[in-house]
Amino acid sequence: MAAIHLSVNRHSYTVDADPQTSLLTVLRDHLDLTGSKYGCGEGQCGACTVLVDGKAQRSCITRLGTIGAKQITTIEGIAAADRLHPVQQAFLDEEAMQCAYCTSGMIMSAVSLLTVNRHPTHDEIVDFMEGNICRCGTYPRIVSAIQKAASVLAESPAAKGASR
Amino acid sequence: MSSKVMSTKVSSQLFLEPERYELKAAPVYHFDLDRRDFFKFLGAGLLVVSALKHAGAVQESGGARRRGADDSVPKEIDAWLHIGEDGTVTVYTGKVEVGQNIRTSLSQAVAEELHVPIDKIELVMGDTQLTPFDMGTFGSRTTPTMNLQLRKVAASARDLLIGLAATQWQTDPAHLVASDAKVTDTQTNRSVEYAALLKGQQLTQTLPAEDPLIPAANWRVAGQSAHKVDGRDFVTGRHRYPSDQTLPDMLHGKLLRPPSFGATLLSLDSQKAEQMGAVVVRDGNFVGVAAPSVALASSAVAAIHAEWKSDPQPSRKDLFDSLKKDTTEGKDPSGDGDSYETGSVDKALASADHHLQQTYTVSYIAHVPLEPRAALAKWDGDHVTVWTGTQRPFGVRGQLAEAFRIPEEKVRVLMPDTGSGYGGKHTGETAIEAARLARAAKRPVKVVWTREEEFTWAYFRPAGVIDVKSGVAADGAITAWEFHNYNSGSAGIRTYYEIPNQRIMFHEANSPLRQGSYRALAATANHFARESHMDELAHTLKLDPLEFRLKNLKNERLRAVFQAAAKRFGWGASKSTPGQGFGMGGGYEKLGNIATFAEVNVDRKSGEVKVVRVVSAFECGAIVNPDNLRSQIEGSNIQGLGGALFEAIEFENGKILNGRLSRYRVPRFSDVPALDTVLLDRKDLPSAGAGECPMIGMAPAIANAIFDATGQRLRSLPLVPNGLKLS
Repeated sequence: MAAIHLSVNRHSYTVDADPQTSLLTVLRDHLDLTGSKYGCGEGQCGACTVLVDGKAQRSCITRLGTIGAKQITTIEGIAAADRLHPVQQAFLDEEAMQCAYCTSGMIMSAVSLLTVNRHPTHDEIVDFMEGNICRCGTYPRIVSAIQKAASVLAESPAAKGASR
Repeated sequence: MSSKVMSTKVSSQLFLEPERYELKAAPVYHFDLDRRDFFKFLGAGLLVVSALKHAGAVQESGGARRRGADDSVPKEIDAWLHIGEDGTVTVYTGKVEVGQNIRTSLSQAVAEELHVPIDKIELVMGDTQLTPFDMGTFGSRTTPTMNLQLRKVAASARDLLIGLAATQWQTDPAHLVASDAKVTDTQTNRSVEYAALLKGQQLTQTLPAEDPLIPAANWRVAGQSAHKVDGRDFVTGRHRYPSDQTLPDMLHGKLLRPPSFGATLLSLDSQKAEQMGAVVVRDGNFVGVAAPSVALASSAVAAIHAEWKSDPQPSRKDLFDSLKKDTTEGKDPSGDGDSYETGSVDKALASADHHLQQTYTVSYIAHVPLEPRAALAKWDGDHVTVWTGTQRPFGVRGQLAEAFRIPEEKVRVLMPDTGSGYGGKHTGETAIEAARLARAAKRPVKVVWTREEEFTWAYFRPAGVIDVKSGVAADGAITAWEFHNYNSGSAGIRTYYEIPNQRIMFHEANSPLRQGSYRALAATANHFARESHMDELAHTLKLDPLEFRLKNLKNERLRAVFQAAAKRFGWGASKSTPGQGFGMGGGYEKLGNIATFAEVNVDRKSGEVKVVRVVSAFECGAIVNPDNLRSQIEGSNIQGLGGALFEAIEFENGKILNGRLSRYRVPRFSDVPALDTVLLDRKDLPSAGAGECPMIGMAPAIANAIFDATGQRLRSLPLVPNGLKLS
């Protein structure tokens, strides 16, 4: 056991845990951030996806000891106060969920995708999202939601500023 | 029925098809609250209950009754609705939400009849203490039964509120209309809110069965697409699934699993685990630990030294032989139509112009709910409360009562909206495990299965062998049909084609693996065999498969979906590429009608089979929520695609060999074909459920399309776990 510092959703935390503990366990059991889900424990389903320095990573196979000063973002940290992130809003608008257990991982992967590729094609979305499983089979709706979020983000002032 | 389930211990065969055994069982609920208790708990206002039985007696007391008139409440209730003095509407139902979206569709039904905005309605679901008894959420029963009950309950509440306003204004209720949680007098334009009408009231109403419902053609809220009522909680990660539940002082539980199914514990040394600070429980073959963290619980389990005795068991390579050999021959003991005979099959076969005899097989597959089973248990004296993900909270209550030898009154099971089920969460394994550990630890304990445990210690969709023999006349009329299903089940076993001579039989077998319910049950296997065989017959006779089906099909609803799907698909169009193939399958199940047309592409070099396009036409009576219906059909198709193409449980001598997501393939983004769904809305017919039926057409449509593309007839599910070996 060791006191380990980490930054999650722009808050600093100190947890008393073995550096070998998975980031998912730390988030869920130590910080009570249960939006990230356990689905397989081997990085195969994507339900545990979080952003590490803005990039999608499977928290179930990420060891706490490897985080260091990197910034962790979870599903609980992407909405600005009461305003949902455009990807969250698009998932609602497109009804891109049934049981929704995969949803937070899907959203985090999609956020990561749209950071590196502002205008992904259908095939690019499918390719990037391949590691996230939706057992209820809402895949077509998830693709639509990501496309919708991409167009909303493209319209946002921040995106226009950045693209100049 | 819960006792029946509980008495089959882990290694033995589970109930095969809950529908067959459970839906016939009379509800055993005996509600012992009286109306004063209701109001003590719910607060003043209006309570409308829907009674299951004694309809006559219920109707006698149908009118609104003032406080103190009669304190009895019907003994058998299936739902109730309460409107508080502040206007809040709370609906109580024993049904549960596992992603099929009934929290929303049932809210819509209430909103429609009660004329209250949908966001003002709260549904309390699947809590054995607060909601009426319910057998379980399966068999696509929610829409045809609970939806209807709740609409009646809400309609009755609305009429009662109109009556109250009429009394208050001393006017004819015929002038009054309800809308937006208010009653308005159309002549004077004055209006009063429901809340104001209910101030200081304690009114009860039992459901008058004759209350007219709003006909589907006039629906305004129901019949429209509505967003998931609590969608925001899901996209923000705020919703707490069973595995997210916590309590102060909670410990985490882990089980020591035997090395193979049915193994017996010979000896156990748990000294090290105890020295690590874990609570260790041994109770017969049950060995588990509870510790402050999952990591510690896991290390403690790993530190236990146990010796087990295992018996040899059949492996997958012997499966189909063993199922056919090891049967309880003849009729199923429940005797409810698993054996059906009409005409004289033997004679008709002897005199038919053409014969065909084929065998089809289906493998065991796993539900793979993305949330594995989970439970959190807490004891207060001899009362236990368990939060768990199950499609049968009342069934799990019974299992807990039996496991701990306590009355059901001392068990409360709550079901937070759960990360899917697909028929896989009918049992209460984790509930019992968590409760057993919590009792020993004297603290709350949570047990969440790993993916490997979920793959190994849950249950599977039954494997099966299906033998079909048929005879057909030269003109394409089927004259004889003999159909034997070994083990996979009798759902959808009867043919909807018009055949004068039939022998259809389900044979129970001793399953080497624990098996149970699964979305659409055996209807997938039976439709795969039947619809593949139909295709084979059509090709034998050189008839178009659609024309051949329609020639032998009278059922108008089924004909309609086949014709609608064929039209949208463009059936009969010529193929543009060599590896391209078209196929169809369809049928009738759980009151729904489906026709599925598939286009596949087979890579001639690699043998890779890709389902490119699927057109489904579906009809389940009056549509309640079109967008959610589409979502259910798409989801069924995608889940059905996995079982059709590549899903199969590998097992050997009592061990699961591929119980991880890296070894068991489920459909992913790139597997999804272009999905085109045609909805036939029959507003003149009662609404039926849609969670299951749409998946049954997928496997035969794909198999028939592969034949069309390659000339290879595949008769085993999964069809191409490793691609197609082209001959």
